[in-house]
Amino acid sequence: MGLTYQSTGKLANREAFDVPVSANEPVIALAGNPNTGKSTVFNALTGLRQHTGNWPGKTVLQTKGIFIHEGQQYTLVDLPGTYSLLANSVDEQVARDFICFAKPDATIVVVDATCLERNLNLALQVMEITEQVVLCVNLIDEARRRKLNIDTGALTRALGIPVVATAARSKEGLPQLLESTAKVVWKKIKPRPNLVQYIPEVEAAVSLLEPKVKALLGNDINPRWISLRLLDGDITLIKALEKFYGQQKVKSVREVFA
Amino acid sequence: MSLPSSLGQLVEEAQRLSGPLQNTIRDSIVNSIYTTAESIAAGAVTTGDPERTDWDRKIDNILTSPVWGFPIMLGLLVLVFWVTITGANIPSAMLAEGLFWIEARLTDFFMAVNAPAWLHGFLVLGVYRSLAWVVSVMLPPMAIFFPMFTLLEDSGYLPRVAFNLDRFFKKAGAHGKQALTMSMGFGCNAAGIIACRVIDSPRERLIATLTNVFVPCNGRFPTLIALAMIFVGGSVALSLAGAVATLAVAGLVVLGIAITLFVSWLLSKTLLKGTPSSFTLELPPYRRPQIAQVILRSMLDRTIFVLTRAMIIAAPAGGIIWILANTHIGDTSILAALAGWLDPFAQHMGLDGFILTAFILGLPANEIVLPILIMSYVSGGAMMELDSLAALRQLLVDQHGWTWLTALCTMIFILCHWPCGTTLFTIQKEQHRWRWTLLAVAIPTAMGIILCITVNYLAQGLGLI
Amino acid sequence: MYGSTTLNSAPVGSFVLVKEVNAEGLTRRRLLDLGLVPGTRVEVIRRSPVGDPIAFNIRGAVIALRQEESSKVTVIDS
Ligand SMILES: Nc1nc2c(ncn2[C@@H]2O[C@H](COP(=O)(O)OP(=O)(O)O)[C@@H](O)[C@H]2O)c(=O)[nH]1
Ligand SMILES: [Mg+2]
Repeated sequence: MGLTYQSTGKLANREAFDVPVSANEPVIALAGNPNTGKSTVFNALTGLRQHTGNWPGKTVLQTKGIFIHEGQQYTLVDLPGTYSLLANSVDEQVARDFICFAKPDATIVVVDATCLERNLNLALQVMEITEQVVLCVNLIDEARRRKLNIDTGALTRALGIPVVATAARSKEGLPQLLESTAKVVWKKIKPRPNLVQYIPEVEAAVSLLEPKVKALLGNDINPRWISLRLLDGDITLIKALEKFYGQQKVKSVREVFA
Repeated sequence: MSLPSSLGQLVEEAQRLSGPLQNTIRDSIVNSIYTTAESIAAGAVTTGDPERTDWDRKIDNILTSPVWGFPIMLGLLVLVFWVTITGANIPSAMLAEGLFWIEARLTDFFMAVNAPAWLHGFLVLGVYRSLAWVVSVMLPPMAIFFPMFTLLEDSGYLPRVAFNLDRFFKKAGAHGKQALTMSMGFGCNAAGIIACRVIDSPRERLIATLTNVFVPCNGRFPTLIALAMIFVGGSVALSLAGAVATLAVAGLVVLGIAITLFVSWLLSKTLLKGTPSSFTLELPPYRRPQIAQVILRSMLDRTIFVLTRAMIIAAPAGGIIWILANTHIGDTSILAALAGWLDPFAQHMGLDGFILTAFILGLPANEIVLPILIMSYVSGGAMMELDSLAALRQLLVDQHGWTWLTALCTMIFILCHWPCGTTLFTIQKEQHRWRWTLLAVAIPTAMGIILCITVNYLAQGLGLI
Repeated sequence: MYGSTTLNSAPVGSFVLVKEVNAEGLTRRRLLDLGLVPGTRVEVIRRSPVGDPIAFNIRGAVIALRQEESSKVTVIDS
């Protein structure tokens, strides 16, 4: 039964997001809290001029651009800034759906070096969906100005993913960011994200639900993450799953929520 | 273990597992993520100077203080307009002089090759002249206004404006981020309407969309400025003219904000009933803008973009208007006939038929309202070179009987009338409902008509004119 | 130990600890996602010139909340 879902082509959903479907044309997503410099990174890499500015929420469209690195063309997508991916707002759904269903070859999470704690919250959530993550600790110049010292080595160890410090406005660190990202895309580095451990009750429920998710949906989308969202009662994700994995089972879901 | 065969069963299973503890699970999930983030951050960040003064706090103490918050906001508004108006004056005049010198040479050329009069009229007096007007009137103020606005945007001041004003928007049943979408509207209402996407609640997004036009965009500023210079500024000594005109424009903007709040309130009490949704606003740290970059970017991205759009619309529109003004049915031109027909109503509003016609024909872009008006005034009458505000004053006052009241009513109608074609198109695209697009036309138009009639009769009744 | 109050009535300049969020549905989710989970230390930074909203330092970011939301968060003095 569940095979109907699994048989969907791995990257087929990308079409719905209007990004290249072929495995030879990698897609990279930029996620992050609002105002952390995503659009600045995007502009610096693609040479485009996406609207930047110092107020949260100015990037309202999901914008894509291309850049070439060592002869290879990449598509870069600038997602709207969100504090989380728990889908309480349209922005959060847009960002989540892209990471979850378009399955970018790498996701760069841009975080504000001066406010790491809040920003890591989102990074940890992205890591639950995909392993292909690079952390871009941006605004490092601001952090320096405030005499904050960021130990990227410690971050790499704690998170299990590549970490690069950048100051996107002055293009500092961007070559390193590109290099790490390309390595992740081509699997030359395989990030091993250290996932958040939840309280025992939650972990127990997850371990019961996860095999069932796997049986129905396969491994295409991280089953642990889907289990968590289902336990969480995230209706928007269920709707998105219906949308991207065919309409056959819509009725039974409606019945549950009736 | 039974395996689920559908999403529905999976969801059922999850609900069975989480049971009545849904809220607890949810809380604990968020809690665990934040706790993890906290400990990772603690292990990676060391601060070298914990005693460092927090400049952001100090700046906010002033910019959002109960005493200084509002005066500074108003002061910045006035400052931006003042720099724009006084700074644009001379380059505008120089541009106009240059462009009309070229017009004269073009005319010479058409004479020399014995071109037919209609061709010269269409191309030079129609297409070229309206282009020249649009460029000389719009370019300098935009080239000054946009960089200044971008500096404000980049520094982080806009969220503070939203913070200061939120209470009023809440009272009006609107979203606090409407202050942000309004700020974007200063550049271009279509951009402001796209920015409305930052508002999550559909009801409040619609309110913000329908009222965005009450913020005068860049296509309307130059006209407001020109009229203010001629009529408000013209009545005082030259040295003061810029300052007085600035206050007039700033006053009009404040009026626009007041109307926005009023209409938002009205909408949320009638058509779009509801309580304000939750609202969170981040006040980001101030950042020093990169001045050179800002100027370059705002020139390229905004100024050139808006100007190009205006020129693309102005060129054919100019030609068409020239045809309308010079095609005669009986012994009046089509334009004059239209104006004559609108005149009785326009008079109630303190305008005249030509002014109202110009607004109607200016639907494609607000930038061309004034050029249309000038063209319809000068066609038929004696040709003149409109290369300065003095010449414009002469045309309006001496030849067409404008008073300060005419100017005031025109300025009010510039602030409150239907959105331009691009903006309407954007509204339709964002809201997908004809009724909202129509409402976006009806609301400001009704506001404008009511205000103009009131002001007109009030001024006449009080014997002010 | 001091008594508990709600976030909107904590005085400007004070530090408080989040005890619980008394909201349901979307509002609850949003407040939690902002980082207002139990035990979080919050600084009350300032009120807007007209009293509402109020700006708080929540986990390193300055965030303004309207009364409607901040009154749903129970806190204790820190
Ligand atoms: N000092 C500094 N400012 C930056 C840096 N990157 C971005 N900014 C500024 O931060 C603000 C937000 O950037 P933006 O790219 O619009 O953020 P987004 O919301 O994540 O797309 C803008 O004012 C940028 O100029 C950086 O590395 N250093
Ligand atoms: Mg952006």
